[in-house]
Amino acid sequence: MLNFILLILIYTGIYALMAIGQNLITGYVGLLSLTQAGFFAIGSYVTAILSVTYGIDFWVTIPLAAIVAGFFGLVIGLPTLRLKGDYLAIATLGFGEIVRNILNNWDKVTNGPMGIQRIPMISVFGVRVSPYEKWGFLVLVWLFVLVGYLLFERLAKSRIGRALEAIREDEIAASSMGINTTRYKVWAFVFGAAIAGVAGSLQAEFILSVTPGAFTFMVSIMVLCMVVLGGMGNFKAVILGAFLIQFISYFPQLVGLSNVIPPQFKQILFGLILVIMMIWRPQGILGRQKRIAPGSFFRKGGRS
Amino acid sequence: MGSSAEFFQHLMNGMTLGGIYALIALGYTMVYGILKFINFAHGDILMVGSYIGLFTFDAIRGQTLGPWTIVAFFIAMLAGMLFSAGLGMAIERIAYKPLRKATRLAPLLSAIGVSFILSNMAAWMWGTKSRKLEYPFDNTPLHIGGVSITPHQILILIVVIVMMVSLKLFVDKSRIGKAMRATSLDQDTAKLMGIKADRIIAITFAIGSALAATAGFLIALEIKVYPSMGTMTGLKAFVAAVVGGIGNISGAMLGGILLGLLETFGVALLGIPYGLRDTIAFVALIIILLVKPEGLLGKVEKEKV
Repeated sequence: MLNFILLILIYTGIYALMAIGQNLITGYVGLLSLTQAGFFAIGSYVTAILSVTYGIDFWVTIPLAAIVAGFFGLVIGLPTLRLKGDYLAIATLGFGEIVRNILNNWDKVTNGPMGIQRIPMISVFGVRVSPYEKWGFLVLVWLFVLVGYLLFERLAKSRIGRALEAIREDEIAASSMGINTTRYKVWAFVFGAAIAGVAGSLQAEFILSVTPGAFTFMVSIMVLCMVVLGGMGNFKAVILGAFLIQFISYFPQLVGLSNVIPPQFKQILFGLILVIMMIWRPQGILGRQKRIAPGSFFRKGGRS
Repeated sequence: MGSSAEFFQHLMNGMTLGGIYALIALGYTMVYGILKFINFAHGDILMVGSYIGLFTFDAIRGQTLGPWTIVAFFIAMLAGMLFSAGLGMAIERIAYKPLRKATRLAPLLSAIGVSFILSNMAAWMWGTKSRKLEYPFDNTPLHIGGVSITPHQILILIVVIVMMVSLKLFVDKSRIGKAMRATSLDQDTAKLMGIKADRIIAITFAIGSALAATAGFLIALEIKVYPSMGTMTGLKAFVAAVVGGIGNISGAMLGGILLGLLETFGVALLGIPYGLRDTIAFVALIIILLVKPEGLLGKVEKEKV
């Protein structure tokens, strides 16, 4: 039982990283990207291929996973982000499918549908962090979440974050204030992709194998649900969302009813969450983070 | 087989495929024209329509092929269309209408939710195994000058042409069609002129969904029916709508046919591996968005403050 709760918390951490990225793109800039699964897959495969085929250490592969995922974010973002947001959703959805298509078919590198097994475990200063020792892995994953949270929170509070929010509120007004909207959107997209790459890397180390089947569209939808459920534009909220969605996802196993409840139920529930939240509580459970003007802690913050 | 016969063969295959894309693209483009939003659930409405059509056909077709099975085929198609039309209207009423005044993101997210609900409900109720539609008539290919054409392809082409012509006439000539065009041009002004915009939007969803169900049923004839069939097909049809110029009905027809031809000739002549056929549509999308974002027949719209 405890092991199972730890497992949920580890997955919450891995998905929280993706949700943080999605929040920057969807919550801050207001763009609908549907491809966190694609970047997640890229990160996973970078770590898997580099560590299994080339014997490279995990700590070297993880920044590479972030860079490669970010690079693909740039490649897909550059042509589509210049246009209206709606096209982005379709293009990114297509991108996610293409990634899975390539992973399935490029046998030489990815080993096709069989995937890559026996990924070496992580070691920290010679101490092995095995996924079977759940406490250790939990701490490791949540350290990444903490760092990711602090970085993205800092980014969102900076000049860049203000520019991103300005773009969301009114793109034309933002560009007339001298904000290069395309450049900021692409950067947000690249950062969001990179952190999903890191999440992928961690997932590869946790499961110790990668297969294309683990990166379906469902993953992207789950991440989107986490952001919508927690609250768009609030990094703490999306971490809460990550926990709630993972909890729902494993609930049937947790109460021992996985034989009774068909697997589609949770997916139907995710769909319902999206529709219901949009109609009744579009700001999410916690709502958007209030922006407090610097130096005026006791004054009321303006509308963000 | 001579090379010109081969060319006509691919042309024929591409036209049938493209005709099906065009029917689906019409639904996207009509909704986009009025509400300026992508109905993500369109592909899943298609899937539900195909299932209903398939079940109806199985229930009424009887055992022997004959004139009745052909009639039954059309009755089943009609059943799928009606069901999908109702479903499309219900979805609009429940999941999109409350969000008309919300941010741009809200209806999109809601639509993704609906799409996910539909495909998983289908998987749960009807199973994930793909089903094949029984042939309504003998499907032995006919050979015309070295080109082999199956009776199914002829049927598909006829249905597609009839649907497209009647839709075009309906939108251009009828009163409701005129109201649809007015609503898409300027919803508020249309309302002031006494057009019930809400009703027009509901009708638009009904027509688009019925066309999607038709397309899905035709796909069932050629390929198979399964819960996630709407996703890829829907995406490609959306690309077709964008290529033709989203919001433009003739554009959707043109875009669909072009995409069908591009996929067929891309695999046959350019030597694109069959496994990457699905990628062609997305490359086409990115190219068209870069070169001519308004699409082939679309109008350039300046964004105003």
